Amino acid sequence: MTNQPLPTAPLARYLLHLADDQLVMGHRNSEWTGLGPILEEDIAFSSIAQDQVGHALAFYEYLNQECGLADPDQTAFNRPESLMVSSWLVEQPIGDYAFSLVRHWCYDQAVYLRYESLSQIQDPALQALATKLRGEVKYHTFHANTWMKSLLQGSEESRLRMLTALKEVWPMALGLFESWSGEKALMEQVGHAGQPWYPGERHLQQHWQAGTLESLVLWSVDVEALGLHKVEPVLGGRQGYHSEHLASMLEEMTAVFRLDPQAEW
Amino acid sequence: MPILSLDPRVNRLQVEQVPEHQPPVLVPGDHWPSYQVFHQRRRGEKHSSVGIVHAPSLEMAMAMAKEQFGRRGETSNLWVVCTADVLEMDYADEEVFRTTPSKSYRDPAGYKVNEKIDAYKAKQTP
Repeated sequence: MTNQPLPTAPLARYLLHLADDQLVMGHRNSEWTGLGPILEEDIAFSSIAQDQVGHALAFYEYLNQECGLADPDQTAFNRPESLMVSSWLVEQPIGDYAFSLVRHWCYDQAVYLRYESLSQIQDPALQALATKLRGEVKYHTFHANTWMKSLLQGSEESRLRMLTALKEVWPMALGLFESWSGEKALMEQVGHAGQPWYPGERHLQQHWQAGTLESLVLWSVDVEALGLHKVEPVLGGRQGYHSEHLASMLEEMTAVFRLDPQAEW
Repeated sequence: MPILSLDPRVNRLQVEQVPEHQPPVLVPGDHWPSYQVFHQRRRGEKHSSVGIVHAPSLEMAMAMAKEQFGRRGETSNLWVVCTADVLEMDYADEEVFRTTPSKSYRDPAGYKVNEKIDAYKAKQTP
């Protein structure tokens, strides 16, 4: 295992949050490959998982080249759980399809907002990367919206299962916006238009919540009856505290890598 | 518990074993309609029929079409149309086209105009 400490520079730390979330989310979503409800959806969901691992790689490469982190393979596959800064939401097992879809919907809307803000950064390389990746996430949100709408407005059973999943996912979705130590400093960084590019977690959460709740109301979900408005977020991921599920997931994900950590792939 | 599969994903799913010789029971919604997908490579070019997807709605057909037919190379736009909405000719009537290949006068290649163009050009140059 690499003993490299977590980066202290605010930008590097923030990008690591993004990258770790994408890696863990992508790995979890890939567990559906071959098991999707129908062929077309199996391919679509697998492609989304593939996109997410690709996004993680892009950020790990940037962190390696510009911020002095270990190479992407080592950073992704050779870190103990306590040095992973992904959120609790992404590390949870896939559950049933309702759970995975609701998580996908909550998660990708948040990623879209982050990429939108990141595309305002001064660094032209990151700006271009965020703009490029944003297009893929736009499709992810389109895919998620389509399913959410269909199943929330489908049969009684589908609606009930989606509502159950919403209740389960919501506290962890709020945990995506956990505040972190370098946040203030990053909020002062000026973007390419002369304005700060990173609005901070609180603002991102408000923006996310406004969008998601608006959709839920549109799909006739009684947000208050569901209790979503008084949910406490599940925090800890950004500081390396995780649920019991991350360790076993990392064990499976890194099994091949650990056979020969120095192998050239 | 017997090992269902060497694939960890199958065991993780905890799928109940289906009893043998039990015929599958279809319920409404099990069979989704098919949608025809039309793919446009670049703006201004035509949309070409590229295949079908199965989906419960037009919107979902679009979400699926993006992955099945927009996953490689260039794509600018997609159309999806419910197959049931396409009026198809009967192959029994194919004979209505039997004589068209011989109607060369309907084909621009059937006209010999190059001589006239050359003559016109010759007249223009002093």
